[in-house]
Amino acid sequence: MPPLDPMQLEPSTWVFILATVVKMLAIFTIYMVGVAYTTLAERKISAWIQDRHGPNRVGPWGMFQVLADGVKNIMKEETMPGDVNKALFILAPALAFVPALIAWAVIPFGAPLPTPWGKIDLVVADLPIGFLFTLAITSIGVYGIVLAGWASNNKYALLGGLRSSAQMVSYEIAMGMSTVCVLLMAGNVSLNEIVMQQATMGWNALLLSIAAFLFLVAAFAETNRVPFDLPEAESELIAGYHSEYSAMKFSMFPISEYANMITASAMFVTLFLGGWDIPFTQWDNTGPATVMKALLTTMLFAAKVLFFVFFYIWVRWTLPRFRYDQLMSLGWKLMLPVALAYIVVVASALLALDAAGVSRTGWAFKGALMGLNFVLLGVLFFILDRGRLISPAYSRLERERVARLRSVAQSRATLAPGEIRS
Amino acid sequence: MGNEFYPLFYSFHFYLFGLIAVASALLFVTRKSPVAAAMWLVNVMFCLAALYVLLDAQFIGAIQVLVYAGAIMVVFLFVVMLLNLGHPSEMSDIRGNAGRLTAGLVGLALLAEVMVLGRAEFPAQLTLAAAQASQRIDGPGGVIGPIAAPLFKQHLLAFELTSMLLLTAIVGAVVIGKKRTPDAR
Repeated sequence: MPPLDPMQLEPSTWVFILATVVKMLAIFTIYMVGVAYTTLAERKISAWIQDRHGPNRVGPWGMFQVLADGVKNIMKEETMPGDVNKALFILAPALAFVPALIAWAVIPFGAPLPTPWGKIDLVVADLPIGFLFTLAITSIGVYGIVLAGWASNNKYALLGGLRSSAQMVSYEIAMGMSTVCVLLMAGNVSLNEIVMQQATMGWNALLLSIAAFLFLVAAFAETNRVPFDLPEAESELIAGYHSEYSAMKFSMFPISEYANMITASAMFVTLFLGGWDIPFTQWDNTGPATVMKALLTTMLFAAKVLFFVFFYIWVRWTLPRFRYDQLMSLGWKLMLPVALAYIVVVASALLALDAAGVSRTGWAFKGALMGLNFVLLGVLFFILDRGRLISPAYSRLERERVARLRSVAQSRATLAPGEIRS
Repeated sequence: MGNEFYPLFYSFHFYLFGLIAVASALLFVTRKSPVAAAMWLVNVMFCLAALYVLLDAQFIGAIQVLVYAGAIMVVFLFVVMLLNLGHPSEMSDIRGNAGRLTAGLVGLALLAEVMVLGRAEFPAQLTLAAAQASQRIDGPGGVIGPIAAPLFKQHLLAFELTSMLLLTAIVGAVVIGKKRTPDAR
């Protein structure tokens, strides 16, 4: 038996605790800087999409704009509107932000790092229920918005809060259902196991495309981003749930929005894009751990997450906002039934492939699932959808209603100026 | 990691979360503002989840937060906000001394029952077999396996009947909701 390399062993308890503290500090720092620079990225990318310059006065390319914004928000006057519920008014901004931060604790962001004191897993807490933990914690995020809306003692804020609670509860169901397929594939709820399953069987985005699509749409709704930003729809509700907030307390809401965005991107990457897995090679997840592997996988994970942060911003400056009834009918009448049907399809396909003796790691298995998904995507987008999902500017109307609306429009068009028809 | 390795760690956290849970529950029943009461109830749910995790029941803990704190209480808050029950000082659930007395007696009776049950010897068929109770989380299916296997093997019929019951309740709710506004789309 060869001598055991201490760098490949589990660390002792004290090293484990120390490493966890270091990881917590590192994650917190990187995450907060990332959130700050995501706000700058949003302004820069929106400027690029709209052919403007964006912030470019503070530092090179406006790099220090985030510092200036932070200083401004801290120096501003904190206003406390009359008749607010003080405790909940102050608690709400924190409640909006903290869940997004806690969810990061269970996301694995790289291959294990060997150190002279033992092998350190690059995840703050490798919980056996990792995936359920993130679902549970992100479901708490809605309290921040609901309480901010209620405690503000303002009708617009209350409407924003009510909208958000209805929206987030509805899309949470679709989100949970879409991830059941991922659990079926991995046979486990540990996020590390899900990453390893994708490393050997291929990424879930290709094997479970519809689940990936549903999860992405639900993630947009859960983070209150355009096209689902109805809780703060400024053309209807002033600023929705944060109308009454000022200075740093207000600033916590945008911060929590960007924090949620990064967390949702990381969840999507972990569940559907192989987490820290480097594609087309088994080099990164077999054999002993090396520093090079840990470094490269962490960088690739960061690149994947940053791409989805960019995707969020890209969508925001491309799509218009949904109407409220469209939002609800999309969530309950389209996404939930599709997710439920997809669970049955995937479960049957897995059962059939296993019964036929197809190896789960072989190309026949991947090919069969990818072909199935290709067909189903075609059915969903081009046959079932017919303008309901891909062009959200209008929803499907009955023929008589369309005819009635058209006749009204035509009769209005033919009126002379000043003439009034009863 | 189990109870036997870190007894101080476990007992400290058990009493910590137990105390917070009891204090939050007291605050929950004594607050007059319904939203504040609901938030204290959420806190109780969290502490219960923490106690479940201490008992190595991570799945139940996560589901406790996900279902009760994350979904049911949000819907409660939603309804409370929509109803807008008026100023807290004008409301009281227990009217008069008779109500208070009854509530106190019922509470004492329940407390006595807990004390008695804590000292009782249970028949063998009511308690989990040692082999079942010590199922580890590193078996097949991770933490969910020990819960899913009996649910979908021994108790499948009861499980499916429960889901039918829930479905009936949902259909009933939709029917009642539809009846009030026959022309609503």
